[in-house]
Amino acid sequence: MKLLKAFLLAVMAFAPLLAPLSPAQAQSSRDPILVPEVSQHDIVLQQGFTGTQLLLYGAVLDPRGRRAGSGSEAGDEAAYDIVIVLKGPTEPIRLREKSQVAGIWVNAESTAYRSVPSFYAIASSRPISEIVDPRTAAIYELGLQYLQLSPTGTIDPEEQQRFSAGLVDLRERQGLYGQYDGEVAITQGVLYTARLPIPSNVRPGRYIAETFAIANGRVIVSATSEVQVRKEGLERMVATQAEENGFLYGLFAIALSLFMGWAAGRIYSYV
Amino acid sequence: MDVYLPIANLAVNGLVIVLLGGLTGILSGIFGVGGGFLTTPLLIFYGIPPTVAAASAASQVTGASVSGVFAQSKMDGVDYQLGLVSVAGGMVGALIGAALFAALESVGQIDTVINILYVVLLGTIGTFMAKESIEALRPAPDGSVKRAAKRRHHPMIAALPYRWRFYRSGLYISPLAPLLLGLFVGILTMLMGVGGGFIMVPAMLYVLGMSARVVVGTSLFNILFITMLATMVHAFTTRAVDIVLAGLLLLGSVTGAQIGTRIAQQARPEYLRLALAAVVLLIALRMAFGLTVRPDEVYTVVPL
Repeated sequence: MKLLKAFLLAVMAFAPLLAPLSPAQAQSSRDPILVPEVSQHDIVLQQGFTGTQLLLYGAVLDPRGRRAGSGSEAGDEAAYDIVIVLKGPTEPIRLREKSQVAGIWVNAESTAYRSVPSFYAIASSRPISEIVDPRTAAIYELGLQYLQLSPTGTIDPEEQQRFSAGLVDLRERQGLYGQYDGEVAITQGVLYTARLPIPSNVRPGRYIAETFAIANGRVIVSATSEVQVRKEGLERMVATQAEENGFLYGLFAIALSLFMGWAAGRIYSYV
Repeated sequence: MDVYLPIANLAVNGLVIVLLGGLTGILSGIFGVGGGFLTTPLLIFYGIPPTVAAASAASQVTGASVSGVFAQSKMDGVDYQLGLVSVAGGMVGALIGAALFAALESVGQIDTVINILYVVLLGTIGTFMAKESIEALRPAPDGSVKRAAKRRHHPMIAALPYRWRFYRSGLYISPLAPLLLGLFVGILTMLMGVGGGFIMVPAMLYVLGMSARVVVGTSLFNILFITMLATMVHAFTTRAVDIVLAGLLLLGSVTGAQIGTRIAQQARPEYLRLALAAVVLLIALRMAFGLTVRPDEVYTVVPL
């Protein structure tokens, strides 16, 4: 929070300074400058981690030094809409669908996907449908319904729709996918902030936060920042040992259970 | 108490897991069942991935049975001779089970098979036990209390060749019977992530006709070795044994097992059997509901 406050102050201080400079700059580039930042670049999965809130913030600076499109000088009405997408590492998966066969629910049909994000959260300053048209949303993958999941094999579009909706719904309930319309707050048309919940069941890997500044249905500028999610210490050791050293890991698990069982027997025999 | 599980990849309330282990530990102490049939579904229900739940529950059952075996062995309640025969069968069974598991998983039908097995096995055994214990509790028409299960083994068992004497069990039967029983239970252990005590105990009582005094201990002895093997197989194949999850479950279950053994010495066996029947039937009904009315999840994700 301290960092944010300092940042806010810095932006406020610089805003008037930028104004006199802007005419010169405007000739070289009319594009606004987007400066994104995240509250933590490292999320460590270890004892005590129960999920966290990631604060994504930054500033959009119009090189002309004014808030284009905003009516009143003092108004909080922003010139740009801000959309932030946080995406986790992608993975190939198979999605199975249960259906009733002779009265029993069994896995019937399935689809394979080549690259499905293990995590996807999107926050926007207004509902996505009010910011961009469906085509633009599809190009930039803005919104859960526009996620490009890249199914493999020959697929009937209608069936595909059903499978994708099922996957998104499942992951939404696991807290791994989320769409937070209107969750990006824009202050003074310059500073934006959004909070995205990170659940404890996230996969380790490289997470990319992409911020888009959008005006009149067009993406004006975008910028990315990175978050590393990783296991540390004991948790990391356990995970790597289980993966690479099955025999010793198994022996250890057995020894632990035998010892605990035996110890309990000893302790309670004196009680 | 929040605990992060490094293999399951999520944070859980450690206290809930310890209590869950304690509950199954008590069951294992009272009835000689490992309690895996209760742990695995409850863990899945709590949000632990199914493979991690099944793989980690096996090591919890090991811990619960080791204290049970010690307690029973002190009371001369283990027939080591018969136990070793069934363990030998169980080792082969566990390996067959592992191969079956992998085959079923690749065609995507493992969870359906597991659910059907739960419903059929738990349903049958639960009904049978409930009937037995109610009959034993109800006084006969002439006012005298009916005698509990008669000790005589199934005619099919008598037909098997090469008879051995199992002194502690009070049996003179073919070793093939406990060997096949062990084999069958070994397959179930790998498939269902359970110790198989809920099959072993009634089978030893009613099919083999073993002396009731050694049934619980011998069943626990068998479970002890089969679950150790199951943990090892999981550590090699699925790599889904979560040591932190197993540790929490163990903490509860080894304590629970000691409490359970004490309860078993004091309560009337008919009431105990009725209580176990109720628990078993409840789980079977819950599984049947998921199988026929509404599955927990229509869509499931498997990594490629």
